[in-house]
Amino acid sequence: MAYTKRTDGRKMDELRPIKAEVGIIPNADGSALFAYGDTVAIAGVYGPKHLHPQHLQNPEKCTIRCNYNMLPFSVTERARPGPNRRSKEIALITENALSTVVDLDRFPGTVIDVEIIILQANASTRCAGINAAAMALAHAGIVMKELVSSVSIGKIDDKIVTDITKEEEDHNLGEGATDIPFTICSNSKKIVHLQLDGKMPTKRFNEAIDAAISACEKVNQYQIRALKGEKINENK
Amino acid sequence: MNKEERKIVVPGEIIVSGEKYLPGDFTIKNKEDIIANRYGLVDFGERIVKIIPISGIFEPRRGNVVIGTVRDISFNGYNVEIGGPYSAFLPIMECPRFVNKDNLLDFAKIGDSLAFRIVNIKKPSIDLGLKSRNLGKLNDGRIIKINSHKVPRVIGKEGSMINLIKEKTNTEITVGQNGFIWIKGELENEEKARDAIKLIEKESIFNGLTQKVEEFLKIKEK
Amino acid sequence: MKINSVRIPNINKKKIIESLGKNKRLNDRGLLDYRDINIELGISKNAEGSARVKIGKTEVIAGVKLSTQEPYSDHEDEGTMSVFMEFSPLCGERYESGPPRVDSIEIARIVDRGIRESGFIDWKELCIKKNEKVWSIMIDIYCINDDGNILDVSSRAAIAALQSAYFPRYDEKEEKVKFGEFTKNKLPLTKNIPFQITFYNIKENLLLDADREEEDISDGRFTITLSQPKNEKIINSLQKGGTSAFSSQEINLMIENSEKIYDTHFSKIDNQIKKLIKTKN
Repeated sequence: MAYTKRTDGRKMDELRPIKAEVGIIPNADGSALFAYGDTVAIAGVYGPKHLHPQHLQNPEKCTIRCNYNMLPFSVTERARPGPNRRSKEIALITENALSTVVDLDRFPGTVIDVEIIILQANASTRCAGINAAAMALAHAGIVMKELVSSVSIGKIDDKIVTDITKEEEDHNLGEGATDIPFTICSNSKKIVHLQLDGKMPTKRFNEAIDAAISACEKVNQYQIRALKGEKINENK
Repeated sequence: MNKEERKIVVPGEIIVSGEKYLPGDFTIKNKEDIIANRYGLVDFGERIVKIIPISGIFEPRRGNVVIGTVRDISFNGYNVEIGGPYSAFLPIMECPRFVNKDNLLDFAKIGDSLAFRIVNIKKPSIDLGLKSRNLGKLNDGRIIKINSHKVPRVIGKEGSMINLIKEKTNTEITVGQNGFIWIKGELENEEKARDAIKLIEKESIFNGLTQKVEEFLKIKEK
Repeated sequence: MKINSVRIPNINKKKIIESLGKNKRLNDRGLLDYRDINIELGISKNAEGSARVKIGKTEVIAGVKLSTQEPYSDHEDEGTMSVFMEFSPLCGERYESGPPRVDSIEIARIVDRGIRESGFIDWKELCIKKNEKVWSIMIDIYCINDDGNILDVSSRAAIAALQSAYFPRYDEKEEKVKFGEFTKNKLPLTKNIPFQITFYNIKENLLLDADREEEDISDGRFTITLSQPKNEKIINSLQKGGTSAFSSQEINLMIENSEKIYDTHFSKIDNQIKKLIKTKN
C-alpha cells in the first residue's frame, strides 16, 4: 500500500505549523524558540565569554560549545535526565553546523555556549534545535555570514516528504521510512549538516536535496520574521 | 536616510544592491550586494552602509572607560570583572603610587568597584589602568547593568541624555562603556535614575526616546 | 552542573541592606510581597501534566510523567513519587552543564517533602494491584530563567503540573501502560494542597521571594511548607538553608508570618490554577 496521503493530511512538501520567537530567556545574551508542529525547541546563547579552564581554550579561535537536552517529560515514555550518547552526538553535529557560519576569529580564546532544550518531541528534534540555535546566535549579536536552517526530509515508502513526524518515522510498510535531516545555509545554500538512516536509492538522492533546499528557504523566512520581532504561532 | 527610518536586519540579509555602496561595520560586499553579518540596525551613510549592534556582549576597545568589580587579588594586581569576552587585570603599576605588593588589600578589596580605562588588549585578556582624574574607587551608590550597545543612547548626543537624568534626579552618574553604570544620590533618586536608564535600554530602538524620558522624569518628580 | 561564583559589588550589598533597614526594596516591593505570578498549564503535550510558572522574571517548567512499578515492601498498596530538579544552563550565565549539584538536589528534596508530607496525593488510590503493581509519579523540574527564589517557583510549578495531570490509559488485559493515550481521570489529589514559603535573611531582615541579587547577598534561608486540611494550618516540612543562624524568636516569627502569607496568597494562586484547568477542558 503506497504512501499516497500523509497521516496528518499535509502535502508532501508542506511544513508543519511553525512557532518562532526570539528573546524568550531574559538572562541569555540571545534566545529563541522554534517549533515544527508538536516538536518544540528552546535555545539560549551565552557568550563569547572567557573559557575556563585555560587548557580548553583555542588561542586562535572562539569555540562553540553546544549542549542538547531533551526534557524527561518531552517524550511519551519518560527519558532519564542527563546526557546520553544520542544527545552528545546531536550536540556535536549542531556545533559543527553552526561553526561554519559563525566568525570564530573575532574573539580568540573564548567560548560561545549554546544550550538547546527540547520541551516537547515529535520527531525532527535536532532540526528544531538547530533552527532555534541559529536564531539565538543571531539574536545574541554573534557575527555570522548567514543563517542556517534545518529540516528533516523523509522517504516514506517511495515518497519524498518534508518535515517528518514520529508517526511517519515509524512507517514500516512498503519501503519503510528513511530519515534525512539537512541543515542548509541561507545564502550560499551549502549543506552544513546531513545525516541519513534508512534505505535510499542513489539515483533518487537528488530529490531529497531539492526538497531540503526548498523547505529550508521557507524555514529561513520564519527565522528572519521572528528575529525582526514577530511572534509567529501557526499552531492556533 | 535619517535615524527615524532605521530598520532591523539579520545575518545573510541583502541590505541594498548597487555599485556605489561600500560595506561598513558588520557588512560585506558580494558583487553588488551589501550583506549584513550581524543582527542590528542599518545605518546608511552617503555611500557607506553599516550595522549598529543592538544586542550582544560588550566588545572592549582601547581607551574605553569601564566600570568593574574586583573578583580576585593576585600577587601583582587585581583580577576584575568587567563583562565581555575577556578577563581583565589591573596591574600594580597602573595603580596610584603608594600601592605595592604588600598592601594590595589596602587599596581595593574583593567586591570593590572602580572606574577604569582599558589600557591594552592582549586577547584573551585586557589590561586596565587608573591614571586619569575621573577614574578610581567608587564609594557609596550602586551599580546597575544594561546592554553595552545601549550606552550611546544613555549618554546621548554630547552627553545630553545623561545630563538630563543627572539633573532631574540630582545624582552623580558614571557610565561605563561596558554597560555597567554607577549611580549615587538619595535612595529614591538613585531608583529614579536607574528606572530612567532601564527605560532607555528598553526603548532605545524606537522613536521619541528623549520625549519619553523627559515625561518619565517629570512624572516621577511629582 | 557547574555553578560559577559571582561577585556582587560591595556597594550594592551595602545599598540593599541600607534600603531594607528603611523597609524599602526594589520597585517599591514590600519585604513580604511576592512578585507577579504567571501560570501556564499543558505546555508539554507528551507529559501527563505540565506547567510553566513565572514569578517576576524567574521561570520554571515542571512535567509529570506516570509509569508503573512494584510497590516498596513496607508500602505494599501505595503509589510512589520522585522529584528531580535541574538548573538548565539556559537559566543564567553562572550555570554550566554537568551532573546535578547538591543545590538542585536540595531543591528537589524540599519540594518533594512538602508535597509528600501534606497528604496532597492519595497514595492508596495509586495502587493497581497490591504487592505487585502501583502507579509511580515522576516530577521533573527545570529552571529556564533565574532571577532568584527558584525554590518557591519550583514548588508552584510542580503542584500546578500535578493538579493538571491526567492518567495515561492502563490496559488491564496486557497489564501495561499505553503511553500517549490519555484518559480523563485526574490524579488522586486531596484538598491538602501544600504551599511552600521561603524566607531569605539579609542581616536582620527577613524577605520573601528574593530576586537574584538579594538571594546572592542573603545570609541564609528558611523554607516552610504549610497546608490547611481543616481549620488550622499544619506545617508539613521545614528546611533551614544556607549558613546563617536563626534565633528561636526569628523562627517563631517566620512561622507566624507564614500563616498570614498563606492566607494572602494561597487561594489566589489555587483559584488561578483551577480556572486554567477548567478552560482547558
